[in-house]
Amino acid sequence: MEIYLPIADLPVNIFLVLGMGLAVGFISGMFGIGGGFLMTPLLIFIGVSPAVSVATVASHIAASSFSGAISYWRRKAVDLALALVLLVGGVAGTIAGVWLFTVLRRIGQLDITIGLSYVILLCSVGGLMVMESVRAILRERSGVKTPLRRPGSHTWVHGLPAKIRFKQSRLYISAIPVCGIGFIIGFIGAIMGIGGGFLLVPMLIYVLRVPTSVVIGTSMVLTLVTMAAATVLHAATNHLVDVVLALLLMVGGVIGAQFGARAGQKLAADRLRLLLGLLVVAVGLRFAVDLLITPREMYTIRAVEDSR
Amino acid sequence: MRLLRLLLATFALLLAAQSAQAERIVSSLAQHQVFITSQFGGLDLVLFGTVEREDNAPPRKDRYDLVVTVTGPRETLVTRRKERILGIWVNAASREFVKVPSYLAVMSTRPVTEFADQDERRRLQLGLERTLLPQMINNDLGDVARDDPFRQAFLRLKMQRRLYVEKEDGVTFLTPNLFRTTIPLPAVVPIGTYDVDIKVFADGELVGRATSAFEIVKVGFEQFVATSAQNHGVLYGLTTVAFALMTGWFASVVFRKD
Repeated sequence: MEIYLPIADLPVNIFLVLGMGLAVGFISGMFGIGGGFLMTPLLIFIGVSPAVSVATVASHIAASSFSGAISYWRRKAVDLALALVLLVGGVAGTIAGVWLFTVLRRIGQLDITIGLSYVILLCSVGGLMVMESVRAILRERSGVKTPLRRPGSHTWVHGLPAKIRFKQSRLYISAIPVCGIGFIIGFIGAIMGIGGGFLLVPMLIYVLRVPTSVVIGTSMVLTLVTMAAATVLHAATNHLVDVVLALLLMVGGVIGAQFGARAGQKLAADRLRLLLGLLVVAVGLRFAVDLLITPREMYTIRAVEDSR
Repeated sequence: MRLLRLLLATFALLLAAQSAQAERIVSSLAQHQVFITSQFGGLDLVLFGTVEREDNAPPRKDRYDLVVTVTGPRETLVTRRKERILGIWVNAASREFVKVPSYLAVMSTRPVTEFADQDERRRLQLGLERTLLPQMINNDLGDVARDDPFRQAFLRLKMQRRLYVEKEDGVTFLTPNLFRTTIPLPAVVPIGTYDVDIKVFADGELVGRATSAFEIVKVGFEQFVATSAQNHGVLYGLTTVAFALMTGWFASVVFRKD
């Protein structure tokens, strides 16, 4: 069944789009990520222009992260104070990212920057996650008990000034690295058109040592706020948010996220990280293939400025 | 004497002009407005018409040939070519196509080379190959040779999207004077005004010409969404976010376990 999208200006199959929302929603619920790094390429693949994809995916991520955030909130697995401090850095990062985005677009090097950042970021972050989780699983197999938080695991990060107590996370750390991480997520998100959940989750775990139980819920709250803001900004400046496409993705996404969240709880944390790591590496490699293999069509056409 | 010669020359010219444009075309489109609704999935627009000989003119020896050119609203596009730099494929050279038709369809009774000579094809821009596609080259606006790789790539990509169409048997004569053709409009067709240009050829020259137009518009819900997105961006964005929160909340209520 086909439906014509009023902003994207093309007809799509309703069930295909619902299915895509469902699948990405499942993954996002399972790992506590927005899933933008999966959804944006998928939409471009079915013919939606990159600009409309990025703008519309923001609202889809807002819906699925809200649905996820509610269920984590009910289980008291959200550190609101931590989310708030992260957000302060995130807003600054987004502004800086949008500025660089505009500059890169003006000098015509945006596409290659996005492509390369996907490859470098996804492959390195995914690779690290895979390595770390494999090591953890092997340790467990060999029978060596690893404490959840080793006493000597405090790094230089924990010695910085301006300390804040985050009760929910049972952390007493400086606000500087928290704001810094928020800044990086906002910055990268604005350039690559992603929520940044897959980056935020490992950063909170490995750099700040936030307990895994609170990480996902907190990440979802942050993603919700940044993506809701991004939706309004995209709609107000570029007029490229397709509400029909967004609704279809949302409906599939929120249902998928519910099942995903339940599936995620049945899996051990290190196996979950291994799966997410493999997924992230796979998407990164997919982008690498595009950059490395001789393309079948050497030419592309794209509308200039205002139109898409 | 000189005056007489001038008058004679003018008269001859007039006669020539008349003989060259002695045919009248009466045409009719099935629709002058194409509506884009939520079910829109492309459309074949039918064009009917007759070619009539002026009353006092002697009949033609040959059959008529027809070229129908449909031109959509104009847009500016950039064509980019990938090149391998340090092992990775990046967009390197680019060419701007300025105010070219977003949609272009050329339908004819048979290949235009069979009934119009090279000068005629160039002058009347017959066919995709001969249609002017102005490009920005070194701050100069102009078209290039037909075998230019950028121009060929542009046509190829447009044809892949079915936005540029050429049908060398697209026009059929049902009787010696009555013709019919269909204008294939794909689902991704841009909205705006489309010009239809009909040219009739006989005995190797242009003998008649007529123009028509139709419009592609969004209506109902599609139009409402498109205009709200354009005119009330902030409100539109807030509404979308409200939808997102509602669906998110709704799902968490429906799927609540207890």
